Amino acid sequence: MNRVITKAALAVGLAIAAGPVASETLTAGFASEPTSIDPLYHNLGPNNMIRKHMFEALIGEDESLGIRPLLAESWENPDESTWLFHLKKGVKFHDGSDFTARDFLYTVCRIPNVPNSPSSFAGFIKRVETIEAVDDMTIKVVTPGPYPLLLSDFASFGVISASAAGHDGPVTYDKDGCPDIASYPATELYNSGEAAMGTGPYKFVEYSQGERVVMTRFDDYWGEAPHWSDLVIRPISNDGARVAALLAGDVDIIEKPPAQDLERLRADPSTDVVQGASSRVIYLHFDHVGDPTPGVSGTDGKNPFMDVRVRKAVSLAIDRALIVDKIMGGLAVPARQLTPDFMRGTNPDIALETPNLEEAKRLLAEAGYPNGFGLVLGTPNDRYINDAKIAQAVAQMLTRAGIRTEVDAMTKSVFFSRRNKYEFSLYMAGWGSGSAGMASPLRALVATQDKDAGMGGTNRGRYSNPELDAVIAEAFVTVDAEAHDALLRRASEMVVEDVAILPLHYEVTPWALRAGLTIAPRADQHTVLTTVRPVN
Amino acid sequence: MLAYLIRRFGQSILVMCIMATIVFFGLYMVGNPIDLLINPEDDLAAQEAAIRRLGLDKPAYIQFFHFLGGLVQGDLGTSFVHNTPALELILSRLPATLELAFLAVILAVILGVPLGMYAGLYPKSPVSRTIMAGSVIGFSTPNFWQGLMLIMLFAVFWRVLPAGGRGETVDVLGIPVSFLTWDGLSHLFLPALNVAIYKISLVIRLSRAGTAEVGLQDYVKYARARGLSERRVINVHILKNIMIPVVTVVGLELGNVIAFAVVTETVFAWPGIGKLLIDSIGLLDRPVVVAYLMLTVFMFVMINLFVDIIYSLLDPRIRLKRGG
Repeated sequence: MNRVITKAALAVGLAIAAGPVASETLTAGFASEPTSIDPLYHNLGPNNMIRKHMFEALIGEDESLGIRPLLAESWENPDESTWLFHLKKGVKFHDGSDFTARDFLYTVCRIPNVPNSPSSFAGFIKRVETIEAVDDMTIKVVTPGPYPLLLSDFASFGVISASAAGHDGPVTYDKDGCPDIASYPATELYNSGEAAMGTGPYKFVEYSQGERVVMTRFDDYWGEAPHWSDLVIRPISNDGARVAALLAGDVDIIEKPPAQDLERLRADPSTDVVQGASSRVIYLHFDHVGDPTPGVSGTDGKNPFMDVRVRKAVSLAIDRALIVDKIMGGLAVPARQLTPDFMRGTNPDIALETPNLEEAKRLLAEAGYPNGFGLVLGTPNDRYINDAKIAQAVAQMLTRAGIRTEVDAMTKSVFFSRRNKYEFSLYMAGWGSGSAGMASPLRALVATQDKDAGMGGTNRGRYSNPELDAVIAEAFVTVDAEAHDALLRRASEMVVEDVAILPLHYEVTPWALRAGLTIAPRADQHTVLTTVRPVN
Repeated sequence: MLAYLIRRFGQSILVMCIMATIVFFGLYMVGNPIDLLINPEDDLAAQEAAIRRLGLDKPAYIQFFHFLGGLVQGDLGTSFVHNTPALELILSRLPATLELAFLAVILAVILGVPLGMYAGLYPKSPVSRTIMAGSVIGFSTPNFWQGLMLIMLFAVFWRVLPAGGRGETVDVLGIPVSFLTWDGLSHLFLPALNVAIYKISLVIRLSRAGTAEVGLQDYVKYARARGLSERRVINVHILKNIMIPVVTVVGLELGNVIAFAVVTETVFAWPGIGKLLIDSIGLLDRPVVVAYLMLTVFMFVMINLFVDIIYSLLDPRIRLKRGG
């Protein structure tokens, strides 16, 4: 763990101490490609990664997902439901026009008006009642009640230029449709580059789907000029091909080098591996909904996971350190909470659990299962680092404790469909949090499913605990950062005590680079090429 | 000939209808694309909104009728993922695949036929034995392994060719092609060779067998007896007669390469339709997968037709039969 953090810190330090501006092209091999250049089309990792090069958000997130100023220089709360954002001056869009409050309003207006958006950004503006431009450089946002996560929400989407989108007049925001805007540009206008004007350090050159995304340095960028004059991002989805492209010198950096190649890439004098802790937790979720449960046998139709003693036994039977060491080869950090310790809301007083097989067996017997039971553990096999292997290891450990576990591993498209139909009694999945920290998994994974309140969106174990819900709900209306985080820590403790969900480990993200380069690893696992620098 | 064409056309429509049904329901059963498209952070209301927007909340048979309705009007649907018409998406990727397929077939013919004929004419020579042994290896090793070996040799150890991607392209009549620039060709060569290895082996075997058989025919003996040069005997009398099976197989293989160069395109990150297919299956982008298979069926029908026409040009007997 320490080694990982040190390496990350080292990389950040190197990035800051980078040399003068060079005219060099950086070519990167990405594991997956964006579905569009339109920053508001699809809320998806690869899209958001590309977006960060071209379109900046109002609020920034640093490498370890702390909030920092970006297009908004500073902000203040006149009262708990009002936010004043002071915009950075002298910021220009790629077409040379100035960034003002109008552009942010236009961006928010367009979010619900992107046709056929497969996953909209509307969730990030849902808590906003009104937005107005006090003047060109000041934005006033009012929320219906106190809402502490507005900064994280506003860090999640890139700001587009109103003029480049074809709107010249003033903009006023209205929740039910902005009155001044007759029509919105189609996503194709961004894919062709015509409307793709952001304020980021790189501007659009070419997007050919399946082939490459090309960007070039924006000379009027307000911040520090980026090191590379041009960026070429090539989607290479096949692991072996991606490594070969790096070894052949076709690309300078690749994402997601396969775990089994890391030793070799480290040993090779022409390549290097940089890794950093991520916020992604790999967890097991129990079926918390009564009898019967689909994947359990030998219990006369009873759902054993309704009993907290069984859930505790499962947790005690799993040796997380062993999984991290033997299966993950160090590419993970053992977990007991839903976010790692550098994220806000993680409870520092909760220690890791020591596995104890005897105690697990005793708890099972006490719960009425002295002979254990049969279980099917569902897992994807192409979504997380070594996912199917982890599930196999978990199954063996559970079997030793008497829960005879079979692994049902499948491709992610099948897995997520089946999981969302509640076909598993125990499943493995992952969750990556942003700058909201612990609030994000609490809301999505363990809060009771509630469509109207926007709670429990991925709580596919259907866990429901009114006491926990109350603490989470209170945290979501507590704007004071310290009080908010204290509530998150309290909630995290309740989750751990009740073994509502079973965190296994946090992934560590590796990148492989040409020797002599380094990257600042981001906890959200995004590859942002502006942080790639020569080592000296 | 006309009646034959019409009958052929009817058959292909039927085949395409059956394919559409199988593919649609097959993919429907695999899973719900929405589970992959939406961001897990989205709350349940947003998830449901996305499902409605894509029309995935309707029962399967209604979705199927919508799809059929579009099909009749020539609309193969819009990609869930890219919000682009599926057909447009496929056509934009087609040139890359066609280029790959044609170069592979050309390689197969210009290398396979002479090597196979040599092995047929001099079956006992060590060179022939080497050729035949090579063709066995070409046959029996898996395509992706050959691809990785080619990358390791040419791109990683010798560093003479790039490991993947498409390289520089030039627009010809609005279609981007890469065989006109040196950079483009260097990117094209390895994937084309990867696709071609199996075809070369196949053509070698066909040509050798053909040569051995034709070489014993009376008309070849007669040609030799007439005192024709060995070169003329080989180039005219033997070559022409072994080409019929070669053309048949190469024609079918061409279709195969265009439709299913999936492995090569994935290994070499070649932005063709095979890679599009694999990516779309992974994301359950149903309209693209269905449109792709519709096009594939259509293409096979067309290729078979062309092969028949080329036959008749090569073999006057077929021409005469049809004429009469």
